Amino acid sequence: MPAVNKTSRNGRARGASTARVVAARTTASKTTAKPAARVSASRNGRANATGHTHGHGGQYGEHATWTLKSGLAQMLKGGVIMDVVTAEHAKIAEEAGACAVMALERVPSDIRAAGGVARMSRVDLIEEICRTVTIPVMAKARIGHFVEAQILEAIGVDYVDESEVLTPADDVNHIDKNKFSVPFVCGCRDLGEALRRIAEGAAMIRTKGEAGTGDIVEAVRHMRAVWDGIRRVQHSPDDELPTIAKNLQVPLNLVQDVKRLGKLPVVNFSAGGVATPADAALMMQLGAEGVFVGSGVFKSGEDLAPQARARAQARMASAIVKAVTHYSDPSMLAEVSRGLGDAMRGQSVASLPASELLAARGN
Amino acid sequence: MEVRTLGQLDAVDGLIIPGGESTTIARLLIAFDLLEPLRTRIKAGLPVWGTCAGAILLAKRVPNLDRPPIGVLDVTIERNAFGRQIDSFEIDLNVTGVEGPPMHAVFIRAPVITKPGRNVEVLASLDDGRIVACREGHLLATSFHPELTGDGRMHEMFVTMVREATARAKAVPPRG
Repeated sequence: MPAVNKTSRNGRARGASTARVVAARTTASKTTAKPAARVSASRNGRANATGHTHGHGGQYGEHATWTLKSGLAQMLKGGVIMDVVTAEHAKIAEEAGACAVMALERVPSDIRAAGGVARMSRVDLIEEICRTVTIPVMAKARIGHFVEAQILEAIGVDYVDESEVLTPADDVNHIDKNKFSVPFVCGCRDLGEALRRIAEGAAMIRTKGEAGTGDIVEAVRHMRAVWDGIRRVQHSPDDELPTIAKNLQVPLNLVQDVKRLGKLPVVNFSAGGVATPADAALMMQLGAEGVFVGSGVFKSGEDLAPQARARAQARMASAIVKAVTHYSDPSMLAEVSRGLGDAMRGQSVASLPASELLAARGN
Repeated sequence: MEVRTLGQLDAVDGLIIPGGESTTIARLLIAFDLLEPLRTRIKAGLPVWGTCAGAILLAKRVPNLDRPPIGVLDVTIERNAFGRQIDSFEIDLNVTGVEGPPMHAVFIRAPVITKPGRNVEVLASLDDGRIVACREGHLLATSFHPELTGDGRMHEMFVTMVREATARAKAVPPRG
């Protein structure tokens, strides 16, 4: 029967935060989803055992399982997550089609400019943003600051970003994310860093890039490094995987998962430097499953008067969402790139002293 | 195949609108001029299965969605009916039409179906009666995500619906 069609890459059900609609398939069960959530039984067991650590949680079934944590990220795939610093920004982001927002006190480029210590955002601000939009709300905790994460979980944010953009609270250890009910996303620069975060309980990964610069070069470097690591694992014989695991300082089962899946066992977005629709599509073509946009939206059109600036930012936000949806269609990318104002001015990463590079925080 | 354009939509005999963010999908349907053609094709009999956000988009009545849904399934759908991510859950569920043991159902920031119309068949409910799966003719809607569990039985049900619709279309060629 010609009827229904075959499936997407990897024979995997695609979450879609976009208008992506997946055709039904002629053959059913054997070809259906083999979810990332099922990456390894041991992980499942551990996440379940530690589930339900706080007072929220409804009256039904099991909560805070690995499937639920990594599953939400599956639903964000193909989408754009935008940094917002006010409820108005959050509204603009939702209106533009963002699949989630990241509630922040300052966008990364302002954090960079302001210096000082960057911490978790004010609770009231995050709560106001939670009340303002119906899409998921993420918020950042400092690397290793498990109490900030506890507070974010208590507020009820949908995802915690243990982020190098904030000043690290622990220069050795990351948060033990398996202990939490709320899912975490973490940054990485290569496969080893990604798998170390996943071993700690991260249910979603983003490549770090260099936040607040508007320079895409680090985002590209990190995304390529992750895929390079994945390809090496895929082409390695099974008896070399233990040594790879040892060298990467990660559990063997995660390396085996990578070999089997041909990708990270959780969803991987790109972050840190996206300033234009073309940048966003570039990261998608390089293998990102979605994009975080930090300063790229709300630092665009800075020379305009406030009203015009808000309109220009809304257009930029919407164009980036559309570019991610149609990332492999150049004529569509040209179409969505028309009529945009100035992108954020930005700062080339090469001009920054090593001490100002955020991506080096956490390993 | 994935459907992002009109041409791709024309090429399919059945459509799954999977999980995601309903606000995002609703906007993109409008932005890329897919909403009306999709509505027209569904009204003409295209079998569609919506899970979670997809189910929301199929519903005729969706309070709290700031764009019009496709609006073809005679139900009201309440978005984020169980709360935030922290309230997401997994549970075993008996689904009418699914043979064998209960399905393991994954609810992520899930909606619930209320006020089903006269022709809507309820396929699954939680213990307290909240409806989480239903069918109306060639339309199937689930609040949960069978695409996340590796259990293909609902996929089989939908494929059967598509086969039936295709067979019917062949038996009765369109007039004119």
